[in-house]
Amino acid sequence: MILSHDVLIVGSGAAGLYAAYWASSKADVAVMSKLFPTRSHTGAAQGGIGAALGNEEEDHPLWHWYDTVKGGDYLGDMDAQKVLTYDAPQTIYELEHLGVPFSRTAEGKIAQRPFGGHTRNFGERPVRRACYAAARTGHAILHTLYEQCVKQEVTFYSEFQVLDLVMTEDGSKVIGAVAIDMLSGEVHTVHAKVVVFATGGAGKNYAITSNCQANTGDALGIMLRNGLPLEDMEFVQFHPTGLAGLGILVTEGARGEGGYLTNCNGERFMERYAPTVKDLAPRDMVSQCMYKEVLEGRGINRTGRICAEDYVYLNLQHISKEELKKKLEEIVDFATTYLGIKPWESPVPVMPTCHYYMGGIPTDVDGRVRKDETSGIVEGLYAAGEVACVSVHGANRLGTNSLLDLVVYGRRVGLHVAKNVDSIKLAKLPDGADKRVKDMIDRLKASTGTERHGELRRELSEVMMTHVAVIRTEEGMQTALAKVRELKKRFANVGIQDKGTIFNTDLLEAIECGHMIDYSLVLVEGALVRVESRGAHERQKPDAEGKLVKLKRDDENWMKHTFGWLRSDGAVELKYRRPYIITEHPEDGWSPEMMEKMKPKERKY
Amino acid sequence: MSATATPIAAPQKVVKTFRVLRYDPAKDKAPRWQEFKLPCDPMERVLTALNRIKWEQDGSMSYRRSCGHAVCGSCGMTIQGASRLACKTLVKDIDGDIIEVQPLKGFPVIKDLIVDMEHFYHNLRSVKPYLITSSPKPVKERRQSPEQFDLIDDASKCILCGCCTSSCPSFWKNDSYLGPAALLKAWRFIGDSRDEAKAERIAAVNGRNGVWRCHTIFNCKEACPKEIDIPAALSQLKRAVVFGSVA
Repeated sequence: MILSHDVLIVGSGAAGLYAAYWASSKADVAVMSKLFPTRSHTGAAQGGIGAALGNEEEDHPLWHWYDTVKGGDYLGDMDAQKVLTYDAPQTIYELEHLGVPFSRTAEGKIAQRPFGGHTRNFGERPVRRACYAAARTGHAILHTLYEQCVKQEVTFYSEFQVLDLVMTEDGSKVIGAVAIDMLSGEVHTVHAKVVVFATGGAGKNYAITSNCQANTGDALGIMLRNGLPLEDMEFVQFHPTGLAGLGILVTEGARGEGGYLTNCNGERFMERYAPTVKDLAPRDMVSQCMYKEVLEGRGINRTGRICAEDYVYLNLQHISKEELKKKLEEIVDFATTYLGIKPWESPVPVMPTCHYYMGGIPTDVDGRVRKDETSGIVEGLYAAGEVACVSVHGANRLGTNSLLDLVVYGRRVGLHVAKNVDSIKLAKLPDGADKRVKDMIDRLKASTGTERHGELRRELSEVMMTHVAVIRTEEGMQTALAKVRELKKRFANVGIQDKGTIFNTDLLEAIECGHMIDYSLVLVEGALVRVESRGAHERQKPDAEGKLVKLKRDDENWMKHTFGWLRSDGAVELKYRRPYIITEHPEDGWSPEMMEKMKPKERKY
Repeated sequence: MSATATPIAAPQKVVKTFRVLRYDPAKDKAPRWQEFKLPCDPMERVLTALNRIKWEQDGSMSYRRSCGHAVCGSCGMTIQGASRLACKTLVKDIDGDIIEVQPLKGFPVIKDLIVDMEHFYHNLRSVKPYLITSSPKPVKERRQSPEQFDLIDDASKCILCGCCTSSCPSFWKNDSYLGPAALLKAWRFIGDSRDEAKAERIAAVNGRNGVWRCHTIFNCKEACPKEIDIPAALSQLKRAVVFGSVA
């Protein structure tokens, strides 16, 4: 069937819903998601959303901007980071007006707490900037935005999985998408003036992750198959405090509320690495320090290696049970349910967990998708939220800036679409727009191949976790690359057991597995050639004695965004783009003193 | 404080039989039981066990799932007779060697453990589940005291998993009843100091299939994976309906 809408939004997390909310003020908008909207992974965001409201102490968007630039290890585009942080207060007030149930100060204002990497006055000390709703801030925002979209009568296609884009025959313009209705198994073509990708994260290609089962990066795979690039895929954030062995997230808010990490000697080791902000250092640093502690034999079980049996402790025992339950109820619940640990009595075993992709679909500050490393855009295509790379997070995202990115940029996309949709003429659908998808489905169902996608997924996520996680070496990444290439070959021989039409999740998981292999290839190749450490990409190299040492950041050669394409023969092609550095743009009118502050320098906390 | 290491013993695996109620409308005339044997870690979630069954034994077994840690509400199902989330039920929580898994009660089955929730969502939409305001917006946030926030804190934890509604005998008897989840949502807004449409919403829950069909059986409270005190919220809702305002 052909469905027709002005705007198709793919994904129903906060970015997609906020884009839908604003775009639907002017246009006929449909939201398609493989989940019912409130199941989206925005709902798992816990600790807060950053904005310099100054409700608890003095704060300014300028300080937030500086922290975001520095936190991203000078890979982010400073103009986009400025939009993020300066739009933040207004966006938070708008969310509050829409109904988000934020926790409150005694005066009835939105409550705020400290979070990693957020400081007052350019790094002086931690600042209370994270607006929160207990430890379920994402849940509160997601449900509110869904509710407001219901109020606005946005059309929802829940449990429809988008499998391809439709482009004009000359490949210049996106004019729709192809999706499968999971309930009936029917394949539909959606004809639309604008398609917005807001499909969220892609962390399921790592064995230990805080991401949900739906985070398989479908839009990333679809981009690559349509000859379009992905940006900065090698920058993957590992959140320091995942429940050991499980990866379930314990919010940074736990450290914001006074929690701290210790090694086997009971030492608060972050004091050694980040004397000023200690446990509230940015996530890349804390995760790398935790790996270092464990690798040097100071993990709780002193194994000296990264394995399921070793971890460090997150200590919350000095906080009363009542206070923990009030401010961090969800965390208490996760630790007691999944590890059988009462955090007010015993420390919680934690290790870094794959959490967030700083990279993704390259966009400009209005969410329009870039077609390459120059300034060209793909007409008719937008992206927002975690799947997009604006880039506001650079090489490492600060906590609370992800929810902020979703709502600030989701909103901007919605507004931009609302303003421009009338002027777009809808091009004719090409014949057989759904042919590629139908052929793929037929091929998978008819395949007598013996490979199982569950097994390929397991092997992929293990090799990525072992070799392309927090600490990376040439040798490890070569091993991973060979493995991912092998998996890509084996994927051609995948067979599925469910040949039916109704809720064929066997089929859909097989397709997702294909996407995961494809974007992992771009990720590994991008990481392999980047011979420096920057943000979440810690690159180590053996020194003269064979001891692995961390490479330094190399601004001269590597202060650049990676653009990666996957060619049809499986080869990855990489190109580069210089980030927007404010000091290179005197026309922006900042004072010399400000220019000096924002100038890229070594990151210290 | 000392941080002495707890020596870790490799978890003792236990072999469990998962008895799953299967149904494929394209093939089966009626639902049928199928058994899968699986060595499990006692701390393993039922959801990850189901994933392993699907990935290693039978790819056609279907169920909804996403976040894996009780925040998205996808994997509500009947486990050992009770409405629960598969991701919040650990293997050790179930006594005996057999773990029986069926779709959520009270909802039409689509396939295997997947139920049709459209009616549930329809009921939810009928209580106007969104903040309604008409007064001018302030430049900054609307003020709400911590006490006013506390009034809706519990209700706003709901993840719409359907476990409460599916375990409610009043709902089994009459599925025109709005059910606990929709009523809880109504309370979340009626109790919200910022909302300006309380009268409309009170009217929406005051019908014969509204709040008065709640007979305080408490199954909902027991079923709720977020431990929301639903009966307490519904009593407050009843008071609001009777007095026309939030007490």
